[in-house]
Amino acid sequence: MTGSRITRAGIALGSALAAGSARADFTVNMTPGVTAVSREVYDLHMLIFWICVAIGAVVFGVMLWSMVHHRKSRGAVAAQFHESTLVEVLWTVVPMLILVAMAVPATRTLIRMADARDADVTIKVTGYQWRWHYDYLNEGVGFFSTSATPQEQIRNAVAKDANYLLEVDRRLVVPVGKKIRILTTAADVIHSWWVPALGWKRDAIPGFINESWTLIEQPGVYRGQCAELCGRDHGFMPIVVEAVPEIEFQQWLARMKAQENKNSPTTGSG
Amino acid sequence: MSMAYSPTAPGPDESAHARPPRGLGRWLLTTNHKDIGTLYLLFSLLMFFVGGSFALLIRAELFQPGLQLVNPHFFNQLTTLHALVMIFGAVMPAFVGLANWQIPLMIGAPDMALPRMNNWSFWILPFAFALLLSTLFLPGGGPAGGWTLYPPLALQTGEAFPFVILAIHMMGVSSIMGAINVIATILNLRAPGMTLMKMPLFVWTWLITAFLLIAVMPVLAGAVTMLLADKYFGASFFNAAGGGDPVMFQHIFWFFGHPEVYIMILPAFGIISQIIPTFARKPLFGYASMVYATASIAFLSFIVWAHHMFTVGMPLAGELFFMYSTMLIAVPTGVKVFNWVATMWRGSMTFETPMLFAIAFVILFTIGGFSGLMLAIAPADFQYHDTYFVVAHFHYVLVPGAVFSIMAGVYYWLPKWTGHRINERLGRLHFWLSVVGVNVLFFPQHFLGLAGMPRRIPDYALQFTEFNMISTLGAFLFGFSQLLFLYNVIQTIRSGEQATDQVWEGAQGLEWTLPSPTPYHTFATAPVVR
Repeated sequence: MTGSRITRAGIALGSALAAGSARADFTVNMTPGVTAVSREVYDLHMLIFWICVAIGAVVFGVMLWSMVHHRKSRGAVAAQFHESTLVEVLWTVVPMLILVAMAVPATRTLIRMADARDADVTIKVTGYQWRWHYDYLNEGVGFFSTSATPQEQIRNAVAKDANYLLEVDRRLVVPVGKKIRILTTAADVIHSWWVPALGWKRDAIPGFINESWTLIEQPGVYRGQCAELCGRDHGFMPIVVEAVPEIEFQQWLARMKAQENKNSPTTGSG
Repeated sequence: MSMAYSPTAPGPDESAHARPPRGLGRWLLTTNHKDIGTLYLLFSLLMFFVGGSFALLIRAELFQPGLQLVNPHFFNQLTTLHALVMIFGAVMPAFVGLANWQIPLMIGAPDMALPRMNNWSFWILPFAFALLLSTLFLPGGGPAGGWTLYPPLALQTGEAFPFVILAIHMMGVSSIMGAINVIATILNLRAPGMTLMKMPLFVWTWLITAFLLIAVMPVLAGAVTMLLADKYFGASFFNAAGGGDPVMFQHIFWFFGHPEVYIMILPAFGIISQIIPTFARKPLFGYASMVYATASIAFLSFIVWAHHMFTVGMPLAGELFFMYSTMLIAVPTGVKVFNWVATMWRGSMTFETPMLFAIAFVILFTIGGFSGLMLAIAPADFQYHDTYFVVAHFHYVLVPGAVFSIMAGVYYWLPKWTGHRINERLGRLHFWLSVVGVNVLFFPQHFLGLAGMPRRIPDYALQFTEFNMISTLGAFLFGFSQLLFLYNVIQTIRSGEQATDQVWEGAQGLEWTLPSPTPYHTFATAPVVR
């Protein structure tokens, strides 16, 4: 296994920037995600990336030209100029303008991301060392979601599943096409709730509640992890979101409610 | 900016009577800026290898998915100590060592202004790091909450906690004393005619860095003291249940932490601004704008701190402010890069080892700057934050950034200090192995972060395997290549071709008017700068 992985590592280096790869989940770039916001974030990311590439091409190009042509071994004689107000002003003002061009779409996206009003569903996410608790507010449904990767796989005793470290016992089920408000908090230390396909992460801080939102367009299973160091098993508290059509979601919610009532008739959530 | 010196050959009084004392006492009791500079640099080199060995253990564990070598708790100790040792033990003392050696030589001063304090500020460091590293042998091990010490997690540290806090206090005291010394020296001991705007860029950047140090090290001291109070004296500065706020710690920490980032890069800018003109045989382009850009970066460093914490849930206005202010830093930083390129433009370049490291610095630091600009965009940062993209970013600015500049500086000035030319072949070999190694090590980490790998995890999902393998191979190549640096430095100290006074053909500045090696005491009579 190790041998083939090393071979593949070599191939990966070669094909790092090529579009296709043998593995579907193998990627070199940010995911465009499955929400309008995540696509905006992706577009911003690519915009800045290409601006940086363009600036880099110019700066490094001039450097390289200079290194090839202005070398002593080629008989280059050093000029003695050492200032020019015009170029100094130019390369202060032009970058400023480029920054403004970046700041405008970034501001627009940021404002949109901050607006969590008029949500259809509200879920409270609480970070624990080292698992997540999900509460469907006003529905009386709540449960812990814990890593489902067996220790034997982590200890290399048995082969690893495809979703190694990214599988949980109980998934966060949400409806597609609905605005979902997610409140993050924590019970012990700071955690961070992150599903890349949704386009953002948000810290879960004990004693405070953070508000975020998402609107998932396509049904599917989206995986993520805790993103803030939270102690020994920080690397072992995955997040799995299952987005389902509204009807399925309602059915699932009803099943959960029935289960809750059977298990604990006195309290609504766990 | 061109400088004219009246070359003052050191008088007989300068080198004749002054011999360093022999034995251990010389190093323990020394007040000589050259000896203290050497001590700082050697200590830094030792810490570089200690911190590097932690990094190699981390990379070895991350070679494959699954847990192979270390357990998660020890892994967290490794990441925490790697950062603390590299920042406070390797990079900062290396710059202080270079400052000790070079500032008096460059401004025509006989020594640092406060030589006894100079001795003390160095000798605190070995004790501070002995204390810090001893925590590895305590029950419960060393600190494992990350070098940023965020509560409440940091408060879960066991018996190591007070040791770490005290060690940080000692490092802070050492840094503040070093900074006071730099400021006192530069403002008081410049040779006649060495006006502020004639000072070499390395001196300028260090002057500004020293002010940053004095401004922010006490802030760090305050933050860690509050942690101590929370843990042992029942205070609730950062405990929401007691009316405190864990996010407040992050604000205080990064108010220190962001200027700290520039403390580790401004002297690097200074070194590169010395080296490029030498090997391009052409004066530095835009000297004055370099000084103003450095000052602007220093000022901006105080108003950008919360970009380290875009995901804590600040109000929209706060996020916008910190996004805009952070983006602004690109302007003075860009000016610096453009000035270096313009200095090279139509020069007459040669590519000795210091120049190779300086050129690699400009290119690779700029790549780190680009990813920094990307991270400044708050909505995109919500994706990048706390992933390997950030790890790649800050390692690009710190390793081929700060560390390469230190190596460039050592290769550049070592012949002056020792009187021996460096082994150029070995230097170039070290350069090429380092530059290949560092890119194989850190470039794939951009991909890992974008693909979704969080930082500070001992184990990872399978789709991250390939790039982690590549990164680990690069780490071992880079790490072991540094042994060549060690060997080259030792060989240059012990023997080597006699260096001329100017050492490098295009070198300009007061230090190059002195004999190689520099006598134990220099500029006892101040030179006159015209």
